[in-house]
Amino acid sequence: MDAAIRIEGLVKRYGDVVAVDGLDLEVARGECFGLLGPNGAGKTTTVEILEGLLAPTGGTVEVLGRRWAREPLELRARIGVALQETKLFDRLTVEETLRLFRTFYAGRAALSVETLLEEMQLGEKRATWVMKLSGGQRQRLAVALGLIGDPEVLFLDEPTTGLDPQSRRALWDTIAALRARGKTVVLTTHYMDEAERLCDRVAIVDHGKRIALGTPAELIDQSGGQHLVELSTDPALPAEAFAGLQGLRAIRVQGDGFVLSIDEPHVALPALIARLGERGVRPTRLVSRTATLDDVFLALTGRTLRED
Amino acid sequence: MTGGPLWALSAARIKQFLREPGALFWTFGFPLLITVALGIAFRNQGPTKSQIAVLEGPGATTVAATLADDSGIVVTIVDPERAAKRLGAGEVVLIVVPPATPGAPFVYRYDPSRPDALAARRLVDERLQRGAGRRDPLSIRDETVVARGSRYVDWLVPGLLGMQLLNGAMWGAAFNIVNARQRKLLKRLAATPMRRSDYLLSFRVSGLVFVPIQVLVLFAFAHLTFGVTIHGSPVAALALALLGSWSFAGLGLLCASRAQNSETANGLINLITLPMMVLSGVFFSSSRFPAILQPAIRLLPMSAFNEALRHVVNDGASIFSQGFPLAVLVGWALCTSVLAVRIFRWT
Ligand SMILES: Nc1ncnc2c1ncn2[C@@H]1O[C@H](COP(=O)(O)OP(=O)(O)OP(=O)(O)O)[C@@H](O)[C@H]1O
Ligand SMILES: [Mg+2]
Repeated sequence: MDAAIRIEGLVKRYGDVVAVDGLDLEVARGECFGLLGPNGAGKTTTVEILEGLLAPTGGTVEVLGRRWAREPLELRARIGVALQETKLFDRLTVEETLRLFRTFYAGRAALSVETLLEEMQLGEKRATWVMKLSGGQRQRLAVALGLIGDPEVLFLDEPTTGLDPQSRRALWDTIAALRARGKTVVLTTHYMDEAERLCDRVAIVDHGKRIALGTPAELIDQSGGQHLVELSTDPALPAEAFAGLQGLRAIRVQGDGFVLSIDEPHVALPALIARLGERGVRPTRLVSRTATLDDVFLALTGRTLRED
Repeated sequence: MTGGPLWALSAARIKQFLREPGALFWTFGFPLLITVALGIAFRNQGPTKSQIAVLEGPGATTVAATLADDSGIVVTIVDPERAAKRLGAGEVVLIVVPPATPGAPFVYRYDPSRPDALAARRLVDERLQRGAGRRDPLSIRDETVVARGSRYVDWLVPGLLGMQLLNGAMWGAAFNIVNARQRKLLKRLAATPMRRSDYLLSFRVSGLVFVPIQVLVLFAFAHLTFGVTIHGSPVAALALALLGSWSFAGLGLLCASRAQNSETANGLINLITLPMMVLSGVFFSSSRFPAILQPAIRLLPMSAFNEALRHVVNDGASIFSQGFPLAVLVGWALCTSVLAVRIFRWT
């Protein structure tokens, strides 16, 4: 496989803290790859090592078949970066900032400033000082700067954090379009819907270790099925009350009720309703939904992604 | 607006600076305020008059009248108690006690450790002796001249330029770089193919624009308000300012090369600038320090700059006669820049 990124046994230590603990990953060219994990999992550390901004404590990293130690200049010209938190020049305008960064990519087929202003919906703000942008606008500018060199590999560290729903969707479209043009994208996120929608494959990391790897669908399937039913009843029932229910794969407690993983909703749901009738209890909450990566994470670690 | 990255970075720097009123004031306005304040406080007040007291008693009025004839003397008649108090407080420099009986000596009462008291004694004595009929055998004509560039304000202004350039290199450039590191802007730049030297050089390029303006504004202002004049070549003064700002920038870069946050930078900058402000003769001459320290003081970049610029501006010396200070400045510029670039941290 022609890998865009190859990571072997990557370790990064800060004193006693092990931020990345023996990570192995391979990202194919043209793939959109997601790194998921709770706060402090080591996502940013991993990405910054890939971007050549941090030196690893151990292990090897190759980007586009090259090593940072050997060909830093060429690599920097071929990747694009949006850091988790970018502060830019406060008193330059959006347009001036883009034009400045564009000069760094001279000689490459850099994107035009106009294209980027439009793509990132910053046209209205082109003459505004960076310090006067809202958080979301600043984030969009950061992504625009990542795109400006028309990179072969784009690294986006939590690109949609702080964006409103409309901007999020717009950025998703941009990323999807990049993928369609054969670019490789590595992104980190806490949003499961984002990973499911954008990523060909995701790796879930926790405490610097990879705890799952696969397509979103595979991971969901491995963790106990596509379909979930959230159920609370009055009066409450014990878990044993659902024993032998047709199509039931697993059951876990959530709040004052349960989450049931089921195989075929059209079979399991009627059976479930009938069971409630037999017991003479009334459902106070009955929601049928598809599983998300949140559920996967919970199944893997016993924690939800956002808590910690 | 489509030059290379170095030009774009420099233009960005200049733009940002012009958009920051605070920076503009500290760079251009503040030195002018100091010039005015110190120029007025330490202006030459013409020849000072000697305050003389004559003790009450017979003959006091005659003595006082004789002394009052001299335009350099202010005279008052007081009782003994008050006279003693005034002498102690330094309000008068000398008390004349006329003789109680004719033929007895006049008494001059004064503190000989006060230099103005000795001058006053000579003046009073001459007046009284002449009043009593003494004649001088030689005829005398006074010719007074004011040496050029010899006032305090003439001496001060070149030092203020040094201070201004040092502050620019430290608070303008060094602080800015540390701030960019703290805000991860340096990291973001390091992730682009930007040549890293271009970023650092852009501070020098913008300096090429600001330094001449600083020189022009300060000297034009000092000329208009206090008549301060550049007696040597203005081009030499400008060249010195550029060289000085280069060696201060090297120091600034060194401060900025590793500091992770603005507090550390703040401390480092004060550590470097404050001793130089005291030792290098900005506000008062460094010749006041013991001789044993002088060789070390002369090796400081700020001392070298002030020395050379004062020779050019106040004494009209040629820049080529300033070999030693020039060598010191070039030495600092090279060593600090090379070292700073070596140890510079981008993340
Ligand atoms: N410069 C540093 N010095 C010491 N420890 C650090 C440093 N940078 C990161 N760490 C530690 O390394 C671990 C991983 O941090 P990292 O920023 O990679 O997490 P993350 O997965 O990106 O988290 P988040 O979702 O909050 O962005 C954390 O425990 C963090 O405290
Ligand atoms: Mg992070």
